Amino acid sequence: MGILSKEEAQAILKKALSFSKADECEVSLDGSEGGNIRYARNAVSTAGDMSSMDLAISSTFGKKTGSATINEFDDASLEKVVRRSEELAQLAPPNPEYVSLEGPKTFAESITYNSATAAVNPDIRAEAVRKSLEVAKAANLEAAGFLENTTSFRAIMNSKGLFAYNKDTDVSFSVTTRNQAGTGSGYVSNSFNDVRKLDTLALTKIAAGKANGSAGARAIEPGKYTVILEPLAASDMLSNLVRGFDARGAEEGRSFMSKKGGGTRLGEQLFNEQVNIYSDPFNPDLPSATWNDDGLPVERTSWVEKGVVKNLSYSRFWAQKKGVKPLPGAGRIIMEGGSASLEELIKSTEKGILVTRFWYIRSVDPQTLLLTGLTRDGTFYIENGKIMFPIKNFRFNESPIIMLNNVEALGKAERNGSMIVPPMKIRDFTFSSLSDAV
Amino acid sequence: MKRRDFIYLTGMGASAAMMPSIPVWGKDVPLDTALDRIDPALKKRMADIALNAAKSRGATYTDVRIGRYLNQFVVTREDKVQNIVNTESYGMGVRVIANGSWGFAATDKMDTDSIAKAAELAVAIAKENSRLLTEPVQLAPQKGYGEVSWKAPIEKNAFEVPMKEKVDLLLSVNDAALKGGANYANSILFLVNEQKYFASTDGSYIDQDVHRIWPTFFLTKIDAKSGKFETRNALSAPMGMGYEYLQAGPEHKIKGITTLYKGRYDMLEDAKSAAEQVGQKITAKSVEAGKYDLVLDPSHLWLTIHESSGHPTELDRVLGYEANFAGTSFLTLDKWQSKNFKYGSELVNIQGDKTQPGSLGAVGYDDEGVGTKKWDIIKDGVLVNYQAIRDQAHIVGLNESQGCCYADNWSSVQFQRMPNVSLMPGKQKKSIDDLIKNVEKGIYIIGDGSFSIDQQRYNFQFGGQLYYEIKEGKIAGMLKDVAYQANTQEFWNACSDMCDESDYRLGGSFFDGKGQPMQTSAVSHGCATTRFNGVNVINTARKI
Repeated sequence: MGILSKEEAQAILKKALSFSKADECEVSLDGSEGGNIRYARNAVSTAGDMSSMDLAISSTFGKKTGSATINEFDDASLEKVVRRSEELAQLAPPNPEYVSLEGPKTFAESITYNSATAAVNPDIRAEAVRKSLEVAKAANLEAAGFLENTTSFRAIMNSKGLFAYNKDTDVSFSVTTRNQAGTGSGYVSNSFNDVRKLDTLALTKIAAGKANGSAGARAIEPGKYTVILEPLAASDMLSNLVRGFDARGAEEGRSFMSKKGGGTRLGEQLFNEQVNIYSDPFNPDLPSATWNDDGLPVERTSWVEKGVVKNLSYSRFWAQKKGVKPLPGAGRIIMEGGSASLEELIKSTEKGILVTRFWYIRSVDPQTLLLTGLTRDGTFYIENGKIMFPIKNFRFNESPIIMLNNVEALGKAERNGSMIVPPMKIRDFTFSSLSDAV
Repeated sequence: MKRRDFIYLTGMGASAAMMPSIPVWGKDVPLDTALDRIDPALKKRMADIALNAAKSRGATYTDVRIGRYLNQFVVTREDKVQNIVNTESYGMGVRVIANGSWGFAATDKMDTDSIAKAAELAVAIAKENSRLLTEPVQLAPQKGYGEVSWKAPIEKNAFEVPMKEKVDLLLSVNDAALKGGANYANSILFLVNEQKYFASTDGSYIDQDVHRIWPTFFLTKIDAKSGKFETRNALSAPMGMGYEYLQAGPEHKIKGITTLYKGRYDMLEDAKSAAEQVGQKITAKSVEAGKYDLVLDPSHLWLTIHESSGHPTELDRVLGYEANFAGTSFLTLDKWQSKNFKYGSELVNIQGDKTQPGSLGAVGYDDEGVGTKKWDIIKDGVLVNYQAIRDQAHIVGLNESQGCCYADNWSSVQFQRMPNVSLMPGKQKKSIDDLIKNVEKGIYIIGDGSFSIDQQRYNFQFGGQLYYEIKEGKIAGMLKDVAYQANTQEFWNACSDMCDESDYRLGGSFFDGKGQPMQTSAVSHGCATTRFNGVNVINTARKI
């Protein structure tokens, strides 16, 4: 079925709601179309096209809620799934946290749909991979990569008359290049709303440069170092931070945003003054829908200004309990950068380490947001403003809160995955052991 | 169902984010649907349509998987049921070899035309892929089994247990935790039933019924005065069992500093212990960094085995097929060919196993129709084998597959996935106390916690749920802020003692991720309590 227009989606949702006997009912419809191509050992391994659509429904009697999903859309199936969610709702005990659904609203039109990206087909994907393989082979490297494009839509409707529809596109590409001896490895990944910004040849050249440049890495002692985190590495650290900007967890006392003795650290200077973080559904490089699953508008929101936490998200229940306005979570975030290029950050560094990316990051302590993980695919020693030699990978144990306190300089921000972040120069970053992995 | 819907419907948010992935689920399912199975004769007719259609288009090999995947989850926090969700996904995947290349297509339209079209599309894709072929697919020979079936040996189908009984259990767990002093309690019950049918041109028609269950909880305790908080998660294991997993008798309990569970699980009792322990964690002594002998409980060690033994012996990683996602492996073919690569000490015997009753990996036949078995991967400390499927067997000199092929849905292509990979228990009779009494300076770790390992599986760091200091052969009290860091080969060579099979227990992962697009699989890892000498322990406390 794939992609439905606003009117087609509305018709299915209306039909589903017409079967509802519950006090309140909400229905969502998701569809996506796209394809992917995967390669390894310099040859294509799998490729496919995909199309799917499914409907999820939640029915509520009083405060008793049940949910069910379906991927068939004839009248009988729609009625069946409504009845199923109602059966489950009747079996559930009342949920005192249930909040009556949002009423009708008008949302701003998003900029998430790009027709060039929606037009990507198997030939375009194959050609993009051919260019990537050409670079890898010319550099005498073995490439493994993945390219995937998706066009999707989401629509929600509820028994109080709310309706919202959004359609978006995305394309993501990643490639790992390794030398024959297994002593050097490079990686690059990025995602775009507009496929015309994707250049697999240029990106694979970056990965190839990292692979050949990282061969013959030397071991240096673990410890505290000034690091320059490329945007990929920086975004790995930040995604864990943003999830904590939630009022409930903070007020319940179980987050790094909780304050000793109760309350939250909202309004406190938690980070260095250079740190500014916000979300904006209308950023052209990182657009998002203008509403969330609860039917709340998503607007430009400032999370951190000059190092001070400015907002925490409030779910509808928590907002009602606390008598404030609900605020959707951070989602896709943008951290402001400076004007320096990565090269300029390196040039300004007396002694330090350049980190291409991190890997396998896991939370060690939610209280301090201490994270552990490893460097990967190109780690280099810097002295007197120059990259001197590749170094072996490190395991780190570091908190992004401490890291954002130790900001020395920020470069020019760019998109990486679902974030826009600058390269960052950070002092006293804690590496705790060496890894033999390449 | 998509991950996004799963998170939305369960209201799990952060809890769901802790999981590597959520499988793709489809349409809804009535509560009694598990009783209503699809007739194998009908499945055989549908499979034959696909087999014949593919053959007529030039396929030299075809397999068909008809799958019905049922899930149920019940999600609670404190005194509230956040949601109850049932899902079903039903359809067919057809995989073929044509012109020496693989091709795959899937459909959820189960009429004659749609099935034939899917088979024809799979052949067309194979032929398209063959243009880029460097080496034709080599399949290890496999005999046909005829019409056979296999069922997980469950005692009580959890889908048939009344919803009220499941809700009451979870709410009683939360209630006990709150009464015991925890401030917050979340509990979840996940149920899975895979009704899988496999047919191939080798002459197999295999009907299988697989069940999985995972009850779990997360408690939090806050000390308002200091602003500190601690958590304690359940010591349960996801299992390839029915609801009987939640009915534990005294014979399933190992009494010690906390009660440990063998084969069955007492969720309410564990919640009571957890509520007490989460309070003790707040005031526990912060560990002094240094070298310690570690005594690791199976509820903890399963994850270290998963990451440092299971993943590096996956043959597709070794060969480079996962280089861009899951990673490669330090256990390269030359180490296996040398026949003397000392992966661990002589005590270390690690087996691959797809047959163990109650385990997550147990099936009669894998997803390419290979009868399952067990085999040595590490023998007396030496690397002797990997985990392989039919098109890889020749690479490691095998003339048959080890039965490690799996797809997480009818719509996903099957590929090599980890079997249960388990550490064999010691041969000498030894209890946990026997292990602890010989340790001068050590830490006894129970439950799995934070985990991280590099892409070739050399350097790892693990935390747990409970840490007890061992001083001169005795437990000296609780510790906190503990994590150990090691190199895989050094760690397994430091393996110095282990309990016997009476202490052997299973742990496991419900959501192991691999491949692009990613697929999940469930896998168990067994071991007895095991000792490792002189492991580097770090202190994870920080000030912010």
